[in-house]
Amino acid sequence: MTMATVVDARGFSCPQPVILVQRAMAAGRYPIEVLVDSGAARDNVTRMAERAGCRVQCEAAGDGFKLTLSK
Amino acid sequence: MSARLNRFFASRWGIIAAGAAIGLLAALLQRLGNPPNMGICVACFERDIAGALGLHRAATVQYIRPEIIALVLGSMVAALLCGEFRPRGGSAPVVRFVLGAVAMVGSLAFLGCPWRALLRLAGGDLNAIFGLAGLAVGIAIGVWFLRAGYSLGRSTKTAAVAGWAMPALMIGLLLLAVLRPQFTKDGPIFLSSSGPGSLHAPLLISLAVGLAIGFVAQRTRFCTMGAIRDAILMRDTRLLSGVAALVVTAFVANLAFGQVKVGLAGQPIAHSSYLWNVLGMVLAGLAFALAGGCPGRQLFLSGEGDGDAAIFVLGMITGAAFAHNLGLAASPDKVVEGVVQVGGLSAAGMWAVALGLVVCLAIGFGMREKQWSVEA
Repeated sequence: MTMATVVDARGFSCPQPVILVQRAMAAGRYPIEVLVDSGAARDNVTRMAERAGCRVQCEAAGDGFKLTLSK
Repeated sequence: MSARLNRFFASRWGIIAAGAAIGLLAALLQRLGNPPNMGICVACFERDIAGALGLHRAATVQYIRPEIIALVLGSMVAALLCGEFRPRGGSAPVVRFVLGAVAMVGSLAFLGCPWRALLRLAGGDLNAIFGLAGLAVGIAIGVWFLRAGYSLGRSTKTAAVAGWAMPALMIGLLLLAVLRPQFTKDGPIFLSSSGPGSLHAPLLISLAVGLAIGFVAQRTRFCTMGAIRDAILMRDTRLLSGVAALVVTAFVANLAFGQVKVGLAGQPIAHSSYLWNVLGMVLAGLAFALAGGCPGRQLFLSGEGDGDAAIFVLGMITGAAFAHNLGLAASPDKVVEGVVQVGGLSAAGMWAVALGLVVCLAIGFGMREKQWSVEA
């Protein structure tokens, strides 16, 4: 089983979650699991990843969201 | 709120609608009494509030602007309805306070926040082009810091009372605006009898417009700094299309209301000292970028329980008090017997902008963090 890359962006305000996810995408180990705690971060990361050609699944996780990015 | 409406707000059309609404309503507020090319200016209006409370004594800029109150409360309502009200804070608060203060010094060197820069442009004030160019440069410097690992650190979830602090303060201000108590003889609450502070739309209309804008802006994350930042940082022009919609709509509405006067010298509540229009907004843009939002966005965030954004707002209000008490704010151009006297900054104001830039650079270099990288 391949391990997912985990990006914990909880507590960061934008654009930092997006920058962290971009770095993870540059490393290229998919799937990438992203933890965010605000709607703005969820929307921004989703929009950036989809524009870069990723599929994005979103689910509620704790007080925030877990986004799973795959190619 | 319905998922469909949320999708609309998150889309490009959503942000265009938000920008257009702000542009139209700002032009309308001017028509109904707000100062020229200042339908809404977050920096100017926070400065007016500081004056009304007696934190500074510049007699022409004192009024409790209901728009500021309503922008926070409108965002709060939207956040509550959509489950996005989250009390949080603790991300480098004192740095955010300082950034707010220096952002205000920069804004008052130009005479306006980014919203007013756009509204000035839409009213034909070409000095705004210098300000907007400076704003873009300041934000580009901020993007460089972001790429170099700049971070104010994580915020954490906090007690509900911390999230409610800013909305509660705004309700307190609203009571002062309505009741207008006089606390001491010849003391505050001050209300300007001449100058920009004396020009205002009716209270209820200002409140209604502010609530509407606050609601829509919370849903769409409207941010003028973010617009330029996202375009530079990730070639994402979604927010920028909202900014463009604001300018176009305000321009068309201004034409309809006869509020357009194209030119450079002698524009209302503006100066044509070009260099300081640019440098003031370089400072403001950099401070907004380092703090993660333009003054409007900081109000909306504070309405959704973000204590860090609230501290930035309080820093701006404090900065406004200092700017006027110490004579750092720019003087507008004056027309005396048909001759334009160019306004601008005092020597102290110029030094303050320079010092503000040094402070921002120190924060930008000092707050770089290599530890936030990816865990495999």
